[in-house]
Amino acid sequence: MALLEVDDLSVTFTRRGQRPVRAVDGVSFSVDAGEVVGLVGESGCGKSVTSLAIMGLLPRQPGLRIGGKAVFDGTDLLQLDDRSRRDIRGRDVAMVFQDPLSSLNPVIPIGLQVTEVLTRHRGMKGAEAGREAARLLDRVGIPDPKRRLKEYPHQLSGGMRQRALIAMAVACKPRLLIADEPTTALDVTIQAQILELLKELVRDSGTALVMITHDLGVVAGLCDTINVLYAGRVVETARRRPLFRQPRHPYTVGLLGSVPRLDAGRGERLNPIPGSVRDVLPWPDGCAFAPRCSRRVDECVGEPPEMVLTHDGRGYRCVNPAPLPGVTPAADVRATAPTAAEPGPVPAQAVPDDPPPAPGLGPAPHEEEQP
Amino acid sequence: MTDTDILVEVRDLKVHFPITRGVIFDRTVGHVKAVDGVDLRIPRGKTYGLVGESGCGKSTLGRALLQLTPPTAGQVVFDGVELTTLPAGRLRTMRRRMQMIFQDPMSSLDPRQNVESILTEGLQTHGIGTDRNDRRRIIGETLDAVGLPRWALSRYPHEFSGGQRQRIGIARALVLGPELIVADEPVSALDVSIQAQVVNLLDELQDSLGLTYLVIAHDLAVVRHISDVVGVMYLGALVEEAPSDRLYREPLHPYTRALMSAVPVPDPDVEDRRERILLAGDLPSPANPPSGCRFHTRCPWAQPTRCADERPALRPVGASRVACHWAEQIAGGELRPHAVSAEVVRPEGEGEAPGVVSAPSEPGSYV
Repeated sequence: MALLEVDDLSVTFTRRGQRPVRAVDGVSFSVDAGEVVGLVGESGCGKSVTSLAIMGLLPRQPGLRIGGKAVFDGTDLLQLDDRSRRDIRGRDVAMVFQDPLSSLNPVIPIGLQVTEVLTRHRGMKGAEAGREAARLLDRVGIPDPKRRLKEYPHQLSGGMRQRALIAMAVACKPRLLIADEPTTALDVTIQAQILELLKELVRDSGTALVMITHDLGVVAGLCDTINVLYAGRVVETARRRPLFRQPRHPYTVGLLGSVPRLDAGRGERLNPIPGSVRDVLPWPDGCAFAPRCSRRVDECVGEPPEMVLTHDGRGYRCVNPAPLPGVTPAADVRATAPTAAEPGPVPAQAVPDDPPPAPGLGPAPHEEEQP
Repeated sequence: MTDTDILVEVRDLKVHFPITRGVIFDRTVGHVKAVDGVDLRIPRGKTYGLVGESGCGKSTLGRALLQLTPPTAGQVVFDGVELTTLPAGRLRTMRRRMQMIFQDPMSSLDPRQNVESILTEGLQTHGIGTDRNDRRRIIGETLDAVGLPRWALSRYPHEFSGGQRQRIGIARALVLGPELIVADEPVSALDVSIQAQVVNLLDELQDSLGLTYLVIAHDLAVVRHISDVVGVMYLGALVEEAPSDRLYREPLHPYTRALMSAVPVPDPDVEDRRERILLAGDLPSPANPPSGCRFHTRCPWAQPTRCADERPALRPVGASRVACHWAEQIAGGELRPHAVSAEVVRPEGEGEAPGVVSAPSEPGSYV
């Protein structure tokens, strides 16, 4: 039994006079202790709403309907009353938000905001809480923590604010951490620091991490399992290597093809996905991605495609998936040859057989792991 | 390369913003050196990419190049004409030849103007086109070039998606027939799949119209993809400039190396095997930059001599230009990186005692 089991989660917003919006439409995934699960997608795909629903942070309003289950360690988070949810939130399940400036209270010193969690969940008071808060800030790499505790959010730089938020989130050693675009507002060098910090947390304390991001590069370095979302549904789920080597859903293929890469040459045209995220087909009428899809066939429209599950936890929601390398006869011959070590061709944007070493590095250790 | 190939030449450009205090008498208590001595040349028909973290002065440099922000010192020569001393009227006519694309397409388009009005405004200002029909024709051709349908003319910006709005922004720059386009973060507000469309569009327009670009972005992958030459900025100055392939293969400046190693690559194999150079701390304040090499406070290769007291000049090393005293030794592996601990970065004038909390609207708190 996984630590967090999200089963058929759906969130619908209804407003009078308008069609109901199914922001999240039957999303299922599970997270084990010490595992990093990624939710990837473009704006409007429902990745943030998923996390807010799990945390019970969606504003309570008449038009909101949440269905499905999110079982955390035996309790369904969606069925909890406010009181017991507050007990779990911050202690067992914590969240790191995207914009550190707007999620910190601007008129309260950092120290007070960090000790609030300690007082609420660990019953610490006064000097003891202060010492623990300083220790936490020190752990997330904020220099001179005693002084920082007395400062206000605007006096900290963006990276330090995000570190303070992470310090708050890990104050009670949560078993599950949900990070919603934790590095989007930050510069790349600061992003690298924060990602390294999150990796350490997962490695050292066995925290389960749900990473929500639009950046495929972040996912490639961090996540064990990746769920690609489109228009509120998971369209592909896979371990990270198979996902990047052999994406099956045309949307995943398109996303990988549209990212400019540092190790690609100048002047190579990107392969964008035509249209925009607005051009969706409602799921009941067929595949939401069909209007933008290059592999569209007649079966795409009519009824929504089912999730096709294959080996090793892979799944894709597509009736005409991108072909696996090794299915065509020519590739079969090559695959049986002993020199099958070379990675197969990947549609749209090939992974180079021998990626050039990253800059400024000595010879990289060669890795033999194959998908 | 002869001088006629150079469209834009920037010499020792400086933009300093004064920090003032006081209510009645504005005392100048210091300067934020947003751009502090930049030299660069952009050949005609090529793309120059500027990268750097937020606050390094790359946007200010782009604006100063177009004289949107008056430079404090230095020269900008556009096609043989010195812009910094040009009278306002002549400058305005020159503006037709150099246009800008802004980051956020929603806030840079007037929500109450329809697309036709947005595109006609520039034509009228510069007296292009003989009559209304002629202008309509020019606008129609521009819309085709950026891939917008003709019915877009009567619509308003809010009716378009983010990618289409950015196309309107590009059309507005393009309609005047410019030679130089300064694109400030042209794709960073867009979704990944839309980013690629806009990047491709910029590439195609360059091929068909022979445009010269200055692309300013924080995303190294985008800049590398689109640029011929890339300049890396740190705290108001160029630290390295190289052809984009070379910059990726052989970054010479320690900051470039750190920047490159921090960019996530969507490929698990590359991600797992590469070594990361993690920089400690944050960007120091441009109001009170470190002495000597500005990067020495965070540099893993910093040496006890020279780095802290002698500001390195941009000097040619191979095909690159790099501002580091020890570039050759670092590239040759003679110097090894060492750990740098994060230090507290804050401007000198702001050094309040640890117990005291400053007012939220403290002027000069740029960190």
